Amino acid sequence: MTELAYLVAAILVILALKGLSSPESARRGNMFGMLGMGIAVLVTLQMSGIENYTWILVAIATGGLIGGVAAKKVPMTDMPQMVAFMHSLVGLAAVCIAVSAFSNPVAYGIAAADGMMHLASRIELFLGTFIGAITFTASLVAFGKLQGLLSGSPLTFKGQHFLNLALGIIMIGAGVLFCVDQSATAFFLMLAVAMVLGVLLIVPIGGADMPVIVSMLNSYSGWAAAGIGFTLGNNMLIIAGALVGSSGAILSYIMCKAMNRSLFNVLLGGFGSDVSAASGGAVIGERPVKSGSAEDAAFLLTNARSVIIIPGYGLAVARAQHALKELVEVLQAKGVKVRFGIHPVAGRMPGHMNVLLAEADVPYDIVEEMDEINPEFSDTDVALIIGANDVVNPAAKTDSSSPIYGMPILEATKAAHILVVKRSLSVGYAGLDNDLFYMDKTMMIFDDAKKACEAMLHAIE
Amino acid sequence: MCNSGSCDLIAHAHAAGLNENTMNAASADPVILSFTVFVLAIFVGYHVVWNVTPALHTPLMSVTNAISSIIIVGAIIASGPVEMNLATVLGLIAVGLASVNIFGGFMVTQRMLAMFKKRS
Repeated sequence: MTELAYLVAAILVILALKGLSSPESARRGNMFGMLGMGIAVLVTLQMSGIENYTWILVAIATGGLIGGVAAKKVPMTDMPQMVAFMHSLVGLAAVCIAVSAFSNPVAYGIAAADGMMHLASRIELFLGTFIGAITFTASLVAFGKLQGLLSGSPLTFKGQHFLNLALGIIMIGAGVLFCVDQSATAFFLMLAVAMVLGVLLIVPIGGADMPVIVSMLNSYSGWAAAGIGFTLGNNMLIIAGALVGSSGAILSYIMCKAMNRSLFNVLLGGFGSDVSAASGGAVIGERPVKSGSAEDAAFLLTNARSVIIIPGYGLAVARAQHALKELVEVLQAKGVKVRFGIHPVAGRMPGHMNVLLAEADVPYDIVEEMDEINPEFSDTDVALIIGANDVVNPAAKTDSSSPIYGMPILEATKAAHILVVKRSLSVGYAGLDNDLFYMDKTMMIFDDAKKACEAMLHAIE
Repeated sequence: MCNSGSCDLIAHAHAAGLNENTMNAASADPVILSFTVFVLAIFVGYHVVWNVTPALHTPLMSVTNAISSIIIVGAIIASGPVEMNLATVLGLIAVGLASVNIFGGFMVTQRMLAMFKKRS
């Protein structure tokens, strides 16, 4: 009976993910997900041996209240750190359950009466524990970097990879020892080293690579849940964990591909640490650029037939989404066809820019993905680039010596005119100059994104 | 405490003096069964997630966050016994942590999805 209910819950959870194929079906899918989770919890509560109802309900109510308030209050720009923080909670919960199972294995039915665990259970507990521990501390560091509590720049030191390797070997060695003789010392040594390793794995990774890291930790949190599922012999945990694990893995892959980097390369870290060194400051600014006022830009925009807007994270930093949305509405009222082109790494996590635009009431059917919008640029009068840099850098296509060579970009250079709203000619995350700024058909508007949008809006009205 | 019934089977098999090998001949090893479920679920996840539209990748992450908090099932099992000891207290902490994620994850996903509107 319990197993059948878990099957229903698992199907509902799969439907929740399936719903995300379009915004219309996604809301219903989310309901399915909640229903599935509710069924799984209720069924577990009625299992024999579950008697501690008062305290369990107190824990659920307390946690639920905190989670609910956080969900209501979190600003959409802060979603990446909220997600990272939640990953760390999954990791910590996995560690708590693993230690609980270790301290009283007989109660879990994973040990003989004398307290000796089955070999398979020891292996499963080892896997669940170290994945949970790494997820916990690694996500906490990622949260700290995204929240600005820790420096976003990569922290690298000599012998870093050697240290990580050594710790990894100690962790696995202790784990194997635990599997052999169920030694408590080995278990807790493995747990402690895994936690340290989690921290060390994330500190060398820079802010620009966070979309990959958040996706990867998403995957880890799933594997941690599946690992605990193996320990407890619980199919619901195994299925849900595997779904989340593969989801995070796919997102990591998509993010790496969008940056033309391998996951290995991202994990080695240090990327973006030499921002000032990569291209000498003297070179920048010596080449002539054409700069214009918001009025000039407004003139170009109102006389265009079609406009594609390319937003970058700078847009969100300047909180310019709402001003931009008003600008879009005014242009549309004048008969200009306006669309958005979104690069996969436009925000701080996968799909982040789409959420930020949706929050500003930009309808999702004018927001297009990179592959959909790229063929449209050659037939577009104005490409308006706001707060984006590397994702439109033509060097990715033309300069085989460039560090970003091979990265897919939004082909804004094919538009008839290019407008770039940017505070200065400073380099982007990759630390590169951008030839697009110096093209004849490019006009730079040197201003804060929000002020520029408001000024353009004012000029049109 | 293991709920799959197969654990009872092991207990019975041991009680009857059978060794694990003879039991494996009668019914599949529970670890192999779990592993089968695990691999098949990865396949399902792989195919379902590739169909998610990139525009909804952030809600995908927040909802998978809530889903991985299904770990609450393990936490409830850990905190089941009335007798308070290290095992149950850790279980209760895990129940609380997972609850933060379940409520937080589903609610913030709902909040985001409500923002996605078509042109009026």
